Amino acid sequence: MSLQNLKANKLRSFLTMLGIVVGIGSVIVIVSVGAGAQSLIVNQVTSVGSNLVGVLPGKSEKNSPPASIMGIKITTLTFSDAQALAQKNNVPHAVAVSPMVRGYEQISWKNHNNYFNFSGVTDKYIIVQNVAVAKGRFISENEALNMGKSLVLGSQVAEDLFQGQDPIGETVKIKGVSFQVVGVMEKKGSAGFENQDAQVFLPLATAQKMILGINYITVARIKIDDTKNIQPSINDIEALMRARHRIPGPDQDDFTVENSSQAIAALTTITDAIRYFLASIAAMSLVVGGIGIMNIMLVVVNERIKEIGLRQALGATKRDILNQFVLETTVVSLVGGIIGIAGGVSISVLVALIAKKLGYNWDLVISWQSLAVSTSISFLIGLIFGIYPAKKASRLSPMEALRYE
Amino acid sequence: MDLIRLEQITKNYGNPGSDITTHVLKGVTFSIQEGEFLSIMGPSGSGKSTLMHIIGLLDRPTSGKYFLRGEDTSQLSDDQLARLRNKEIGFIFQSFNLLPRISVLENVVLPLSYVGLSQAKEEELALKVIRAVGMEHRINNMPNQLSGGEQQRVAIARAFVNNPSIIFADEPTGNLDSKSGQQVMSILQELNHQGHTVVLVTHESATAEHGTRMIKIHDGKILSDEPIINRLLADREGELGK
Repeated sequence: MSLQNLKANKLRSFLTMLGIVVGIGSVIVIVSVGAGAQSLIVNQVTSVGSNLVGVLPGKSEKNSPPASIMGIKITTLTFSDAQALAQKNNVPHAVAVSPMVRGYEQISWKNHNNYFNFSGVTDKYIIVQNVAVAKGRFISENEALNMGKSLVLGSQVAEDLFQGQDPIGETVKIKGVSFQVVGVMEKKGSAGFENQDAQVFLPLATAQKMILGINYITVARIKIDDTKNIQPSINDIEALMRARHRIPGPDQDDFTVENSSQAIAALTTITDAIRYFLASIAAMSLVVGGIGIMNIMLVVVNERIKEIGLRQALGATKRDILNQFVLETTVVSLVGGIIGIAGGVSISVLVALIAKKLGYNWDLVISWQSLAVSTSISFLIGLIFGIYPAKKASRLSPMEALRYE
Repeated sequence: MDLIRLEQITKNYGNPGSDITTHVLKGVTFSIQEGEFLSIMGPSGSGKSTLMHIIGLLDRPTSGKYFLRGEDTSQLSDDQLARLRNKEIGFIFQSFNLLPRISVLENVVLPLSYVGLSQAKEEELALKVIRAVGMEHRINNMPNQLSGGEQQRVAIARAFVNNPSIIFADEPTGNLDSKSGQQVMSILQELNHQGHTVVLVTHESATAEHGTRMIKIHDGKILSDEPIINRLLADREGELGK
């Protein structure tokens, strides 16, 4: 019977539920698009390969990042460490080891110049990072070890610096040192916090000695032949490093061994925190929606005092009146929630479609739990914010209500 | 046993925070027998509507006793009173009080919705009373599509769909033209004839004289309480008859 009132007041019923529609819709969109973005980030990290192990200089405390990431320069990791790691009898499951140094310098070609990130690498970089050269060739082993003057451009750097001209064979300068461009990398997209397309690659020894003026390396990445061999290899690496650095036990370690599953876990923790933060902001709009419903229901009770009096005269008890108004509010809120879910799911699907069209590795994630929780929340909001107006209605005296004009 | 017995009923209204108290009823005593058609007549402000609200269990007296079938109603809770109204009492109002957004049939079903019958049973009972007031061709119409007389006939159908023992009518012809008024009075007389006790509140003696007994009330007190000798009989077709 009470539902007929809602139908008769279609526009008002819809406006009343709008707060809930928007609130539930945005929670669904944020949770789903957040999960999609998370999948995008994790997919990009894993595209490098999940069987990577990194050796970083400096000990990292449990649950905190390695010191080198925090900007502290630690010089304990060297190229000869990387060479030792690459020996089959030391780490039998290592396929390749890529020692690296990193820096940021001005690179100039003719009268164009700009600052770019650079990496000093060996020929093993493309094997370990699972990347390829689009044009020309990569840095050779000989160049890497003997201070060769070759240079490989990331795809974006090639565009920025050469603006459509063929860079192969051209000479660029870094800190007064001339390098010959020998290759351009394939476009890769950013992986995690690293953008391979926006950097250049130099031979390791050249970058160390002529550009940075150092004799240590910032990281050694090791590709393991199979995921199941990662843990034994980590044990091998730790044992080797302790032996080489004469470290008596894990407490005195001057290095950190990490693998990409840890990086994925860390990224997931961060992105989860962002998602829940955004979802809780959206959830606050639900409270506002609920107050909107309560407001309208108080007006509705006032408008229908005479009806309430009549129903009481015809035999409605206080509980009948209470139930009627709580039911109306709950239905408004629940229908609003369902419309919100439909809208939120549609937007999430749309975002996923567009992201896929744009070439992102985006998963559409809509969990049944989030739909069930949204439905129950909208039901509860109706119940909570409906009770006060309904109580007010049920307390009216039948005679006063009937006389009300 | 009396169907209804009132003993020294008073009703005062006072505004909270003010010393002024209005004495609307000043000690009213009378009883109503089953099968009576009682007209309560008095000018506006005489207390007749307040009296009807009290007899109709919509309001409680300030003092005095009200027995319904020998039971003291002052001992009953609000919800017990609501159930008693649903079972024993039907109301007809001057302004009809149909719910505007629901159909004729749904309006008549309303009192049954607090009983707990099946929908089929509810509609069967409602259709029976709608036919009795001659409104069966309008069951799916909305109240605002009906004339005043038609609306009041629907309201009467709603008043006796629960087969109550007493029907209260508060100025039922007040908003109607004389022809529609005659039809309404005729239906009330017919219901009374079928055994329902009817209590009519009015300020017009021509309407009051359709009853079998008349109580005149003035200034909160009963002036007279007499049987009606020359009772008016309303014509269903709307013609005046004796």
